[in-house]
Amino acid sequence: MKTMLHRRQVVEMLLKDRKDLLVVAGLGSTAWDITAAGDSPLNFPLWGAMGNAAMIGLGLALAQPARRVLVITGDGEMLMGLGSLATIGVQQPANLSVVVIDNERYGETGMQATHTADGVDLAKVARACGFASARQVRGPGQLAGLRGAIHGARGPHFAQIKVLAEKLPLVLPPRDGGVLKSRFRKALLGEAADLD
Amino acid sequence: MKDWPEKLFRTLKESGVRQVGYVPDAGHKRLIELCIADKEMRAVVLSTEEEGIGLTAGAWLGGVRGALLMQSSGVGNCINALGMTRECRFPLLMLITMRGQFGEFNPWQVPMGQATPGVLSAMGVVVHEANSAEAIAPMVDAAARLAFGSYQAAAVLISQAVIGIKSFQEQAAR
Repeated sequence: MKTMLHRRQVVEMLLKDRKDLLVVAGLGSTAWDITAAGDSPLNFPLWGAMGNAAMIGLGLALAQPARRVLVITGDGEMLMGLGSLATIGVQQPANLSVVVIDNERYGETGMQATHTADGVDLAKVARACGFASARQVRGPGQLAGLRGAIHGARGPHFAQIKVLAEKLPLVLPPRDGGVLKSRFRKALLGEAADLD
Repeated sequence: MKDWPEKLFRTLKESGVRQVGYVPDAGHKRLIELCIADKEMRAVVLSTEEEGIGLTAGAWLGGVRGALLMQSSGVGNCINALGMTRECRFPLLMLITMRGQFGEFNPWQVPMGQATPGVLSAMGVVVHEANSAEAIAPMVDAAARLAFGSYQAAAVLISQAVIGIKSFQEQAAR
């Protein structure tokens, strides 16, 4: 079944009424997607460290067990850190979700095909690694269930959402890493965060 | 001084470290066991050392201090991720047991072991070299202060002279 999903609409839907959800986004298109849905100090969009988004989410989820943590990243970024799915499977963080927005392309470098274009099934990998739920999403009817899992059900959750390969306008978050870190900590931990 | 891992562990606890990422390593065996056994600590086994750079960054975003244990061969796996550490000024405390350095028998360990201080320095990590068992805990204490107090990446390299020179013959005899 071919997907009809548009990535910006998917991400906007997942982040709507997000309350105190903590969000980490992989570099490139998914960082622009979460920013298009509305920039927030509780977003940590990456501009580098490719392959590390899910691990940042794990460290954060273990540090903040009472909060929900969502990692939104691309298929190319996830493929570079595939081992982190095994690491997360071992730790079983109940408050962590990893969502891969899968357009089967390296979007920032010329839309070259990734492994998922040839059928590599990331949801099956996540399931084999011990995620509490792991699904492939191809239609809008599956999004409400996923949203519910991200915001409440016992995880860790994984979703590979097949989306159209679109070239979209850039919506850029702040670039300064120190600023992104400090605003996140202040919003999460309070004004005194940097007096620690 | 065979109890350096116990002293090092106490230093980590006193420094407020509560999350420890590690790739198993013979030199860190005792320290890893102590971290796993401690109820206040979360020990996270990694599939590659690079994951630990993200793990500890995420922990800091969440208000928790982390440390990363690895062998010198794992330092090379961390290089690009260390760019994030530097750009974001994330605190980072790396405890690295050295191979390829002092009486090494495996030639494949030598290139990365010899390059370890230079590679870390090139990525902006402050390098402390502990050449005796007595030096380790005070040096880790100083590195932790530098990391969490001054938002720096700091590494303590534990010399192969402290850990002992491994050979396959010795291991087989155990």
